[in-house]
Amino acid sequence: MSGKDARRPIPDPKACQRLADQMLSFAMRAGADGAEVLVRDGTELEVKVRLGEPELIKEAGSRALGLRVLKDHRAAVTYTSDFSSAAMERFAGESVELAALAEPDPTGDLPASDEMAREIPELDLWDENVLSVDVAEAIRRAKAGEAAALGFDKRVTNSEGAVFGRTVGAGAFATSAGFSGASRGTHVSLFVEPICDDAEGKKRNGSYWTSSRFVNALLDPQAVGLEAAKRTVAKLGSRKVPTCEAPVVFSPEAARGLLGQFAGVMSGGAVWRRSTYLAQREGTQVASALCEIVDDPLLRRGPASRPFDGEGLPSRTNVLVSGGVLRLFLCDVFAARKLGRRSTASASRGVGGGPHVSTSNLILRPGKTPAPDLEKIEHGLYVTELMGFGFNPVTGDYSQGAGGFWIEKGERAFPVSEITVSANFDDLWKTIDALGDDLDTRSSVQCPTIRVAKMTVAGT
Amino acid sequence: MMTTTTTSTKNHGTADLGLSPLAAIDGALAQRLLAAALGSGGDYADLYFEYRSGADFVFEEGRVRTVGRGVTLGLGVRVLRGDATGYAYTEELSDERMLEAARTAAQIAASGSVPGPVAVKPVVLPDFYPIPQSSLVHPGIEKVALLRRADQAARAFDPRIVRVEASLSEEWKEVLVVNSDGYMARDVQPMVRFGVSAVAEEGTQRQGGRSGGAGRFGLEYFLRSGQSPEDHGREAARLAITMLHAVEAPAGPMEVVLGAGESGILLHEAVGHGLEADFNRKRTSNYTDQIGQAVASSLCTVIDDGTIGNARGSINVDDEGNPGKKNVLIENGILVGYMQDRISAKHFGAAPSGNGRRQSFRHEPLPRMTNTLMATGNDDPEDIIRSVKRGVYAKKFSGGQVNISNGDFVFSLTESYLVEDGKITAPLKGVNLIGNGPEVLRRVTMLGHDFALSDGTWTCGKDGQSVPVGIGTPTMKISEITVGGTRTR
Repeated sequence: MSGKDARRPIPDPKACQRLADQMLSFAMRAGADGAEVLVRDGTELEVKVRLGEPELIKEAGSRALGLRVLKDHRAAVTYTSDFSSAAMERFAGESVELAALAEPDPTGDLPASDEMAREIPELDLWDENVLSVDVAEAIRRAKAGEAAALGFDKRVTNSEGAVFGRTVGAGAFATSAGFSGASRGTHVSLFVEPICDDAEGKKRNGSYWTSSRFVNALLDPQAVGLEAAKRTVAKLGSRKVPTCEAPVVFSPEAARGLLGQFAGVMSGGAVWRRSTYLAQREGTQVASALCEIVDDPLLRRGPASRPFDGEGLPSRTNVLVSGGVLRLFLCDVFAARKLGRRSTASASRGVGGGPHVSTSNLILRPGKTPAPDLEKIEHGLYVTELMGFGFNPVTGDYSQGAGGFWIEKGERAFPVSEITVSANFDDLWKTIDALGDDLDTRSSVQCPTIRVAKMTVAGT
Repeated sequence: MMTTTTTSTKNHGTADLGLSPLAAIDGALAQRLLAAALGSGGDYADLYFEYRSGADFVFEEGRVRTVGRGVTLGLGVRVLRGDATGYAYTEELSDERMLEAARTAAQIAASGSVPGPVAVKPVVLPDFYPIPQSSLVHPGIEKVALLRRADQAARAFDPRIVRVEASLSEEWKEVLVVNSDGYMARDVQPMVRFGVSAVAEEGTQRQGGRSGGAGRFGLEYFLRSGQSPEDHGREAARLAITMLHAVEAPAGPMEVVLGAGESGILLHEAVGHGLEADFNRKRTSNYTDQIGQAVASSLCTVIDDGTIGNARGSINVDDEGNPGKKNVLIENGILVGYMQDRISAKHFGAAPSGNGRRQSFRHEPLPRMTNTLMATGNDDPEDIIRSVKRGVYAKKFSGGQVNISNGDFVFSLTESYLVEDGKITAPLKGVNLIGNGPEVLRRVTMLGHDFALSDGTWTCGKDGQSVPVGIGTPTMKISEITVGGTRTR
């Protein structure tokens, strides 16, 4: 925005890297045997418009540092946002002292230096044009999106608003195992949520959104608003269906939750903690032969792409499942050592915690069937949204609240809400009998439309 | 910033942790920042200074794997113009950065008239969570011992327990809220959180169980009945063992008895969120315009109470500077009030209810719950179970979610049992219940005299912000709700 005062500088990977390197040397000088430093700097702009008027304008920046130190195979994880030299030096010393409270465990040592990234691939994650999206432009886009939704149909009577978001981030990682690197990225999004009045005082909300690392790749705000309104109006008159067993089709958005939970039980951390039903299932059929699942941190312009992982290892594309067979468990260095194998470079870490296994861009590869054809069934359920936390990773038991449409003779007959869908995950994934051709690439978990042959639907 | 020395305690033991950086923030500085925040003509501004010092310990495979420690400090500046909010924050408390944040937040109000200077006066608050001293001043070795005790108790419970993980996290949070009404409030909000998870194996069967608790305490948390490390360790183990023989849950509508304590999650989801004033001001909640109307069975009195001693959701002052309160939301089935934040209270012409809360200095306040409770009833819990022909008895939960606009909500059961002919029989696999807020509360047909506040680590999410909350209820019977099991016959 305007103003003649000194403004906070744009997040700069080189500046982050200097701080990371500085903290690393403080930690080693304080007597650490090994250390890892993460520095993150970011700015956010969030603008919310409701019923045509700005409701929130939020703009700020934040910078923080996370440190993991090792001393005699004991680890401490600490964080700070005080970057004065004196404070950084004191912080390094106190972190090394803190490690004495932990108990020795060589499994947690730093990775070997020959595992470290040598170069940093260019993944096209930065859009200079994002920097010039100012508050006025953000308001304009949010207003246009919401106005299109409100103008679509007279039954759209209210709005939860439209939110335009912009983040600009830089990060650096330095480790005494022999790596220091930095990266940066931009991200923009627009979300619109209209509301309709339904019978008996109920209201129906629906939403649609667009997001990208590149501002010119965003959908037009009007298109987002219209789609949001269509989806909301379609929910008018939602009702329960009788309790039954039926085929269930999941929209790409709804399927994302299932895929995220599935990847969670393929994490090496869950395997050695005995908290996944897939613990002994490597090399066996865990999903339908149609399923290929990859985790790809190297995806150009990907929402969760990263040139190196949270321990400084070079990013690689991992095939988790192909032909429905479980090919590997995602591992960070710790999980890999526990399981007697090598890291899959799947470590992630935030400023406030140590490394842990996580996915990057998790993708269920699409099929060749046009997505609408998946609904060509005698009867069944089409799920557009899921609610709640009904998944037990230890047993695979799954049960969530759901909303969507009831399908009769290949057509969406009426909208449905206040029901649950349940199955055991092992059956659910193995009985996927069709995958659509409509991969949704907007978020870090990417799915096409999927159809499960049979689940329990609980309603009336 | 990260000392572990102990000295005598005064004033909550802040002296032990080094002088809080917030102590240096005085009325004069606040006045300068408020003047900048209102410099473009806002109606109102507030400053939210926050200092957090925290530690966490994770114990697994019989040893402390990691020790974590962190400190954050920051200022959030909010400016209101009508119902619109300008917000900015900074972690760097230099004059230059604080003024920049104030001017950035001021943008929302470009072109209004600029008010005169604000006179700032400190206010005296009650203290709902006085503690002998912060857990953070105790040597780490004491906390490691607590974790070890939980681990041993869980393992000793049954030889089928093959894995135990225990964690302890502690936080010392100081806040200073100053607003352009001239109000200046300081509070210290401690939190201790403990959790144990266990895995049991028998043949090819494997199951997990968890137990945990939290509150605004020091280490005296662990001296309370049912809250020792051993209690949590054994409870996690018991649940894992119990669930080894769980059977598939039924699917469809049936009678459900909700046990005392954790079932309060039902209130949190079914009515709590829908009674947050922002949704009602915007007319997006299914409770819009229902004040004075029956929204629940006449047995139901629902209260949001931020004043319960040491409870996880209690607050001496909310994050807009209003004192924490006890608010009746539903009285004998009739809707009597909402949970307000400043913007909504002004809209409704209502008094502040002490529910304006935020996750941190990086977030704007919203109407949020504190501890949400169902007042106690008159029925014997045994009679409630005996009254059920075929249904589910629900005891423990992992969480829930609600769609504000239509009132549909789910909550997920981690420990529940089949009830047949008035008797509790087989444990059931994890299952979801789904219902509609107003409908389900109208179907509360019995209410026990056994009110309990859950000692759980409940965290509530809204608009991407998480805040600690509490829940509590007596045993409750719902005449019909959909059980999301897998067994259709």
